[in-house]
Amino acid sequence: MLDAIIQGVLLGGYYAILAAGLSLMLGVTRFLNLAHGDLAVLAAYLVIYLVATWHLPIVWAIVLMLPVMGLLGWALQAFLFARTMKGGFLLPLLTTFGLGAVIQNGIYGVFSSDVKSLGNFIGNLAWASWKLPFHISVGKLPVYIFVAAVVVLVSLQLLLSFTKLGRAMRATTIDEEAAELSGIDARRIQRATVAIAMVLAVLAGAALAMRSLVNPYTGPTQLIFAFEAVVIGGIGSLWGTLAGGIVLGIAQSLGAKISPQLFQLFGHIVFLAVLWWRLKGAGSLGLANFLRSLKGGRA
Amino acid sequence: MLEVKNIEARHGLLQAVRGVSFSVRKGEVLGVIGANGAGKTTLFRAITGVHPDMTGSVTLNGQDISTLRPARRVAAGLAMVPEGRRLFPDMSVRENLQVAGEHGRRGDWTLATVLDALPALKPILKSLAGNLSGGQRQAVAIGRALMTNPNVVIMDEVSLGLSPIAIEGLYESLGQLKASGKTGIVVVEQDLRRATAFSDRIICLLEGAITLEGASGELSHDDITSAYFGLKAESHEGSAAHA
Repeated sequence: MLDAIIQGVLLGGYYAILAAGLSLMLGVTRFLNLAHGDLAVLAAYLVIYLVATWHLPIVWAIVLMLPVMGLLGWALQAFLFARTMKGGFLLPLLTTFGLGAVIQNGIYGVFSSDVKSLGNFIGNLAWASWKLPFHISVGKLPVYIFVAAVVVLVSLQLLLSFTKLGRAMRATTIDEEAAELSGIDARRIQRATVAIAMVLAVLAGAALAMRSLVNPYTGPTQLIFAFEAVVIGGIGSLWGTLAGGIVLGIAQSLGAKISPQLFQLFGHIVFLAVLWWRLKGAGSLGLANFLRSLKGGRA
Repeated sequence: MLEVKNIEARHGLLQAVRGVSFSVRKGEVLGVIGANGAGKTTLFRAITGVHPDMTGSVTLNGQDISTLRPARRVAAGLAMVPEGRRLFPDMSVRENLQVAGEHGRRGDWTLATVLDALPALKPILKSLAGNLSGGQRQAVAIGRALMTNPNVVIMDEVSLGLSPIAIEGLYESLGQLKASGKTGIVVVEQDLRRATAFSDRIICLLEGAITLEGASGELSHDDITSAYFGLKAESHEGSAAHA
């Protein structure tokens, strides 16, 4: 039991990195990027490609992909998402759903449907572990990913609290119109936010590819995990994504302890329970009410 | 400084503003009065760019800003204290002021000079804006607008919902701003006596159109109340002649 909880906590680190980007984007642009998981998987494939074909060290491959995916995010917001946002809340959802399908089929077309992994390129880190008392074994890689998640969240917290960009992002999240009336170019802030979300997607994708196998259709499942972590932790709360990721990870680990087939189911049950609790007092399920209720309090 | 010509604005099928034109000079205070639903808020939302369904022209310092986004209009020198204050409640007072200073224009208004003009903000700088009283929120909203170093600042429903003491304090601060003579001020005010006492000129809106315009010292209380309640349809033409 204790072993499962520790594994769940560490798994939560990966979910937190993935969910932080989704949450950040949802807060500032006010739409759910249904392609977020696919973009993370795309980043994973590109990192694997750089490592396997160009023989770059993994760290360098990740560092190289950060600005590339950041620019892609900026361009997506500037030329695609911003236009669809004018069409109400449904259009961006459909657009990102379509974008996800394009990415999946693009990866399939270029890299085939073979599963890939960075596990082959990280030596014994893939299986190395520390032995703890009570016959508990903790993998080094999950610990490193968890530490990376904390570093990422601390960095984001510092960005949001102490920088001009961060304050503008928070203001735009709270009230886009008031932000514009304060001189903040909300469109530019939204582009920057999506760029940051894509940088986080690179880190999440690399972590995923180191931990497990990826295929072109891995993205939607990762999106569901990220969304569940965001809802459990509360939209707009950075540390909530870590808490949500940990709760989700523990639920999945405990489910897997009972039976491997219950890994996902237990996570979904906890997610639905939290969602039901959050929406209990929301009354009308208008979008604003819905989002407000998911922020951590009730509408 | 600010010149507004023939503004028309709609809410769907409803025409909320009909052919409104006025100007504001440097250091001048323009009082805008009108009953609820007269189109005041829609007019100023159109002028600041947050109500896109509008026609007409808005010129600031000779620059046509009619098609610019709200943030670009702020960069051109137009600021607004919106109805309901619209502060960022999860951010501190200092951060509310800071964001406007960081994204607005450079000029004489800095955090230090704003705090000198609005001393009530000094002890609450670290407080969350969402925890403030109505008067404090209005002071923060005015300070935030000033931090963008505007040539013209529009204050929508400036005293709405404030206690008499808070209103006194607010107008004392606005008096200092007026005395500086650097900024054109547009004050939307429900209190007719307060509006005429503080403003150099008055316009009255009724059903989206100007029904009265003139120097505040030259308009009688009867003129204003008649125009406010729509009792004298010809008042605009009559008073415009001596404005």
